Amino acid sequence: MTAKSNIIIIGGGLAGLMSAIKVAESGNKVKLFAIHPARRSHSVCAQGGINAAKNLKGEDDSVWKHFDDTVYSGDFLANQPPVLKMCEAAPGIIDLTDRMGVMYNRTPEGLLDFRRFGGTKYHRTAFAGTTTGQQLVYALDEQVRRFEAAGLVEKFENWEFLSPVIDDIGTCRGIVAINLYTMELRAFPADAVIAATGGIGAIFGKSTNSVVNTGSAVSAFYQAGATYANPEMVQVHPTAMPGEDKTRLISESARGEGGRIWVPKDGKPWYFLEEWYPAYGNLVPRDVASRAIFKVVYEMGLGVDGKPVVYLDISRLPKEDLETRLFGIMEIYQTYTGDDPRKVPMQVFPGVHYNMGGFWVDYDMATNIPGLFAAGEAEYQHHGANRLGANSLVSCIYDGMVAGPAAVNYASGLNTRAEDPPASLFDAETKRQSEINSRLMSKDGSENPRALYHEMGEVMRENVTVVRYNKKLKATDAKLLELTERYENIGLPDNGQSLVFARELWNMLVLARVITLAALERNESRGAHYKPEYPERNDAEWLKTTKAFHTPEGPRFEYEPVDVSLIEPRERHYDLE
Amino acid sequence: MNQGDRFIVRIKRQEGPGSKPYREEFELTFRTGMNVIIALMDIQKNPVTRDDRDTTPVSWECSCLEEVCGACAMVINGIPRQACSTLIDGLETPVVLEPLTKFPLVKDLVVDRRSIFENFKKIHTWVPIDLTYGAGPGPRISQEAQRKAYPLSRCITCGNCLEACPQVNSRSPFMGAAVLNQATLIDSHPTGKMNRSERLAAVRAKGGLPDCGNAQNCARVCPKEIPLVDSIARLNREAIIDGILGWMEK
Repeated sequence: MTAKSNIIIIGGGLAGLMSAIKVAESGNKVKLFAIHPARRSHSVCAQGGINAAKNLKGEDDSVWKHFDDTVYSGDFLANQPPVLKMCEAAPGIIDLTDRMGVMYNRTPEGLLDFRRFGGTKYHRTAFAGTTTGQQLVYALDEQVRRFEAAGLVEKFENWEFLSPVIDDIGTCRGIVAINLYTMELRAFPADAVIAATGGIGAIFGKSTNSVVNTGSAVSAFYQAGATYANPEMVQVHPTAMPGEDKTRLISESARGEGGRIWVPKDGKPWYFLEEWYPAYGNLVPRDVASRAIFKVVYEMGLGVDGKPVVYLDISRLPKEDLETRLFGIMEIYQTYTGDDPRKVPMQVFPGVHYNMGGFWVDYDMATNIPGLFAAGEAEYQHHGANRLGANSLVSCIYDGMVAGPAAVNYASGLNTRAEDPPASLFDAETKRQSEINSRLMSKDGSENPRALYHEMGEVMRENVTVVRYNKKLKATDAKLLELTERYENIGLPDNGQSLVFARELWNMLVLARVITLAALERNESRGAHYKPEYPERNDAEWLKTTKAFHTPEGPRFEYEPVDVSLIEPRERHYDLE
Repeated sequence: MNQGDRFIVRIKRQEGPGSKPYREEFELTFRTGMNVIIALMDIQKNPVTRDDRDTTPVSWECSCLEEVCGACAMVINGIPRQACSTLIDGLETPVVLEPLTKFPLVKDLVVDRRSIFENFKKIHTWVPIDLTYGAGPGPRISQEAQRKAYPLSRCITCGNCLEACPQVNSRSPFMGAAVLNQATLIDSHPTGKMNRSERLAAVRAKGGLPDCGNAQNCARVCPKEIPLVDSIARLNREAIIDGILGWMEK
């Protein structure tokens, strides 16, 4: 009998959990690493639902229409074949998670209910109240727990990934991670590694993301030679609650259920999205809605009470619908503002939300480093230049279904097993990481890493989100270089959370530059990437994927054509049918 | 409290499990909308005590900051709750922060709650599906059943219910409400029901239902307002009926 493979999975969110289920189900062994217990992963924050063209509402919806909406919403930057595969898999993914016990909302007949979301005209989104991500994580985590009980999965929760172990022929052989409770550093060998390390919201200081979404792991892989794709494509969600610690998401499902965006104008509510985009109204895709809100607030000066906020009004929706379908977001809003969205319109503003960019991967989720696969928000494959609402959950689970078996397949073809590479390979990487820690701990300069982080977030939010000007992008890069220099002069007050944060901050600064410079390079407007100086999409020059490569001086960019073999690119219009 | 008011936060700190706990006080400036997390972030940015002494930043855990991940549970003014959803306005000052006491301490406000998940394993808190291939849709569930189960499925395993429970202590094996509630949830699923007897046997054993003292503190501190008392009562009924049926079939 052939020996079973050992696969390391980094990340306890949906992509990591689904990868783990697939690997364990095939009888192979998993070591799952997560900063917090998997149940606390950022996937729990996904609210509104998960897309699949089940066509249960008599609308003639189809997999192809889901595919078309996804590609169109992404402004044709996604390679089309893997997007089609994801849309084909989506109905089966909903069935699978339904079987796992996700408490999806139901129709009177006991079937799954579906609601509308942005960027589509179909009721295509299955949901569990407004805590769909939470329910999915719990369902998948319990399946993983079952494999833990069976001895196939070993969890390393409260461990943070620091670096890959790469052998002399450039193959990924394992990782070095740090135990966040004891600060123990340790190398772990593996036949293959799946990075399901999530988003990067923290680079923008405040976002709808969890604080663990620093992008630190992706950045560490990038610095070790992984290619990073479409860094400039960062989604800003139109409706979040501004806050000092984060911008809290108010799900698109609020509008899917009939919520309306407005600002007071001439003493009356002005429903500007409905007026400007009669075909989609409040359900235009996120990039379009966020730009419209920016225009109303900053160009027209019509923010509510002169503040940078607009109203999102669900107070006129049927009372029962609110309780059974939107309870979670009303709870969040009321907790933090004291106002009841059943009675008064919510005040919202766009907030950084999702990274369409990420690890460059092929159609089997393999990165350019042999032995390293990527899954979930950490990779770039399915969303092009702007993600369709409610496609994140489906893409994370789909990725796991592809990456898990692909990693096992790769590992079964390896000539040498995990235990075969010399111990010195792992000792050397552990030593290198330990030296980085010592070097940081010996620093007693005057710069506070938390303050540098704050400055990085401010400049990134100001210049690298909804509206981008080349001059400001250049200024942002200069600021990031200044922060990188000042980083040399930090002082660390303790060797626990401060040390880990300092390491994350370095990785964030590296990735922030990649995002900023990739945005500077792309002189067109496409999806979430909007430059007033270049307001049109320019397919002749820019219908291509950005690929970033790390060099000590900063990122080097190459471009690769997009596979548009299935749907011919067309102009995006949400105002007319 | 008004914008700009100064207030005091008193924190119970401890370097590690064996070391001696101590208290430190910090004076902070109130801003509208401030929660306990923002207060802790202020201390992190400027770790200087009220009497102007440099100290180390306070360690704590948090992640989502919107009360859905469960990470930031701590004892705030004597009540176990989530730091992210506890607003400073409305709290008595000084604001006193302490770690949960029913779990092993890691450092300062960080505790290790992995025992909850270990107990999940003991009672098989999963729906036992065959495989992940195309087996078609899941079982039909009525709207009524979904509406009853959904609130139970919102448990964020923060551990506050265990903290508040007099039955959870070093001399008792009681698993706590979060764990029992998970059993009720899975039992209520049509497929989960199929292996209910095995789950109910586990909750009837030591550490399960027999150790619940019905103090009902759990429901009072649950940040997600899960009807934990009802949930445990339901489980109790099922366990009794299942026990009788099992005995009759012998």
